Amino acid sequence: MHWSTIFYCGIITYLTRFSMIFLLKEDILSDKIKNILSYVPSAIFPAIIFPPIFLDNAGYLDLESNPKILAAILAIVVGYFSKSIIFTIFSGLISYWILIFLMGY
Amino acid sequence: MNNKLQTLASGIIDVSPLMIPVVPFGIIYGVIGMELGLSSYMILGMSVIIFGGASQIVLLQLFSGGASSFVTIGSVGAVNSRHLLYGAIFSQYLSHLRITWKIILSYVLIDQAFAVSNIYFKKNKNNENRHYHLLGAGFTCWIIWQISTILGIVLGSVVPEELGLSFTISLTFLALLINDFRKFRNIIVMLVSGLVATIGYTTIPFKAYIIVAALSALIVATLLTTLKSKKN
Repeated sequence: MHWSTIFYCGIITYLTRFSMIFLLKEDILSDKIKNILSYVPSAIFPAIIFPPIFLDNAGYLDLESNPKILAAILAIVVGYFSKSIIFTIFSGLISYWILIFLMGY
Repeated sequence: MNNKLQTLASGIIDVSPLMIPVVPFGIIYGVIGMELGLSSYMILGMSVIIFGGASQIVLLQLFSGGASSFVTIGSVGAVNSRHLLYGAIFSQYLSHLRITWKIILSYVLIDQAFAVSNIYFKKNKNNENRHYHLLGAGFTCWIIWQISTILGIVLGSVVPEELGLSFTISLTFLALLINDFRKFRNIIVMLVSGLVATIGYTTIPFKAYIIVAALSALIVATLLTTLKSKKN
């Protein structure tokens, strides 16, 4: 990792926050654009979530005896009902540990 | 208490409950940074320079996958595109401010600060010191984020790798989507993004899978919202 990459990422992050505040005097984005932008987390986070769960270290699909899939499904169920970020993370992590350490997955 | 301090204080108080999940997120980030062998200066430096959990995690993930800096920066930009929405909504409340204020407040315009200050701004349109609310909320997040990063750096040197903490990256982002699990259109968008990224992880060149997956999913989101508005 180079410091320059960190700085560029910092600049681009900052610009996405600053640009609209700097350029606009009032909110002129149409409802349609706002509606689409509201999907950005749903459009991006799964791209970060899925590959490490479904792929092994070599990049091959790993669907059999994969403790991460089971733990993630459990976390989704807990998240759906509890609506708690903390419960979601810990239920997934603890069930993952139970699967790999106690059940020998 | 004068109005500025009062507004600042309500920003700090309003954002505090949202700091509870930020702490484990910051710790996980620090631990994973250490596991990847980065220096503690670099890990903390990222928290100060970038100050965005999702961006920093994506940066680590792409770094460990060997992505080029060009693709990494592009992916971080894609992750951050949601801030354009925050800025556009806040521009109406901050347009009276001097440029120095805009520069400072932009630095702390993160998800949690946006969430609470947006509610406050809507309710207090006549408070001319309303920007102090965002200042209080934003810098509370900033301090908590730096402290939890440092905790993660310290823990990272003692936590054994066998615990598989990298899995918590997936879990943390999963947890950030829980409010969207109930919305049918969001679930479709999530599946498109996840499937494209999983299939594209090895097939899309230059590790650009996050960018390609995000764009495909946003195109689907656009189609879905267009279909919805036609129906209405």
